[in-house]
Amino acid sequence: MQSTTRDESVIEISQVSTRFGDHVVHSGIDLEVRRAEIFALIGGSGSGKSTLLREMILLQRPDSGSIRVLGADLQALGDDEAVALRRRWGVMFQHGGLFGALTVTENVGLPLREHTGLADGLIDEIAAWKLSMTGLEPEVGAQYPSELSGGMMKRASLARALALDPELLFLDEPTAGLDPDSAGGVDQLVRGLRDLFGLTIVMITHDLDLLWQVADRVAVLGEGRVQGIGSMSELSRMDNPAIRKFFGGPRGRAAQEQEQQQAGARSSGEPGRPPSKPK
Amino acid sequence: MNPLLAAPAAIAQPTPHELALSGSWTARGIGAIEPQLAALSAPAKPELVVDGARIEALDTAGAWVLQKLLRRLRDEGTAVQVRDLRPGFATLLEIVGREVAGRTGAPIPVSGAPSSMLEGLGQGAEAAFKQAVALLSFIGESAIAFAGCIAHPSRFRWRPILYNIRSAGFDALPIVGLLSFLLGIVVAYQGADQLRRYGANIFVADLVGLSMLREFAPLIVALIVAGRSGSAYAAQIGTMSVTEEIDAMRTLGIAPLDLLVLPKILALLVALPLLTVFADVLGVFGGMIMAHAQLDVGYGEFLDRFVKAVSPTAFLIGICKAPVFAAIIAVVGCFQGFRTRGGADSVGRHTTLSVVQATFLVIVADALFSIAFSALGL
Repeated sequence: MQSTTRDESVIEISQVSTRFGDHVVHSGIDLEVRRAEIFALIGGSGSGKSTLLREMILLQRPDSGSIRVLGADLQALGDDEAVALRRRWGVMFQHGGLFGALTVTENVGLPLREHTGLADGLIDEIAAWKLSMTGLEPEVGAQYPSELSGGMMKRASLARALALDPELLFLDEPTAGLDPDSAGGVDQLVRGLRDLFGLTIVMITHDLDLLWQVADRVAVLGEGRVQGIGSMSELSRMDNPAIRKFFGGPRGRAAQEQEQQQAGARSSGEPGRPPSKPK
Repeated sequence: MNPLLAAPAAIAQPTPHELALSGSWTARGIGAIEPQLAALSAPAKPELVVDGARIEALDTAGAWVLQKLLRRLRDEGTAVQVRDLRPGFATLLEIVGREVAGRTGAPIPVSGAPSSMLEGLGQGAEAAFKQAVALLSFIGESAIAFAGCIAHPSRFRWRPILYNIRSAGFDALPIVGLLSFLLGIVVAYQGADQLRRYGANIFVADLVGLSMLREFAPLIVALIVAGRSGSAYAAQIGTMSVTEEIDAMRTLGIAPLDLLVLPKILALLVALPLLTVFADVLGVFGGMIMAHAQLDVGYGEFLDRFVKAVSPTAFLIGICKAPVFAAIIAVVGCFQGFRTRGGADSVGRHTTLSVVQATFLVIVADALFSIAFSALGL
């Protein structure tokens, strides 16, 4: 719960370049993510989305350029500052990244157990609540990650990312591999988190519905650069061929039409969504 | 706000019907005041005002603790009123309040109580029995697959067999050679003192020759290969079954036993006897050097005595153990690999088990061989 304005930038990326050997992944990327916005990164396979995400969460260093996250310059970060910074964001990995040796509740409670002095009973309660917040049944808590379906694993991973009440949430492909119903649940969940807690959310996704329904701003990566940035409807009016291909196909058009119908319904219907709990 | 500098949460009771909250009520800040909260009791007068004006930060964990406190006080019959919270904090507290209310009477499922010793013993015995049955059925399946390959020799996969002979056999030559050489030195060195006392220096050739050829060479080779290759088999097959590669193989119509298990067993059946011969040579060579250095037994003398003392039977006894050890190592390694379920943790556990069980069974088999050979008078 930060009492700061919405225009403040949470992530500033300037002139970031990354190379793997001779292969240039990024050549001068500039991006800015503002507080309490839902920001999406899209781009074809190999366009460096995941690499950029890994650079933002201190898993990898760019070859040049600077990245500032929550006001801290990642290049000039000491070990203690890095630990403190890591506590202020949560990451949901594409395949969950849950620890196989721990139950789901233990996985979610792990950050609390590691970084706070709370009693075990309280940690389990909070973990169970975070699980229900992501739409999982209480029984799931006692299971091991290997017993979960793909969608449940993503939700549990999200619950763990939320354990320490992060200000910033990174989602890597939150809806990949989910059935349409669960994916719809993720749409609502992501929006609900932002509305309730004022979270800033950065996600990588190819899910056109998620992009149209949820993302405030979208950056298109291609050929090592940001090809375009803006809301989906702004992007859909751009002529850049690297951007056009996301809108051209039948799936792109269908998602766009659906959004237009829903936008019409929203403007005539209820003014704001009730702040009910997700799911 | 730097979370490291934030003041921890604090609670004070300036008057009997007023609670003043301050500091950061966050997951990191509330650890210290939990016992204090538990000790708080409702005042005699059934009214209480909670002053939240000086709360600097509130997160879901803090709100959770605060709501639990409020609920408890209300359940005890106190009318509690919260005032002066920042608007954002009030919203959060309200959301959490709904959750706390919805959660009452929904116990978190607890895993079963710790079992008694007798129960544990019974479960352990049952698990061991089941595992033994599973191992037997695995051996049976492998035998059937082998019989199928004999009937249709085109089903044999020569490339993996040759590859495994190289990786388990040829690549192990340096370590096997070094260790058996050292073992020969140790045996000769330990025997030297005793033999010198009786002036029986030349019998060092009997000692080294018989012990290396009959016992030590096959055993040390089996132990090295169990640690080197048996564990690798378990880890490889285990990881493959975790990542659904085994299932993929089945759906593609490739029998995992044909591709993964039989080549490994056949390769070890070839490699282990050869490694044993190599270990025999290096072990005796080590003993010979030690005999020369400690007992003044020349190389020529040593070899003369060696040929007389050590019959080909002793050599063959050692060699015929090797294929049995090979089958044990390969079968146990592959079996444990196929039993892997779940994740990385399980791969580690079954890899360990493969080495422990293979080593155990190899030594048991060696003991049985000793009994059998002495009964046969060999």
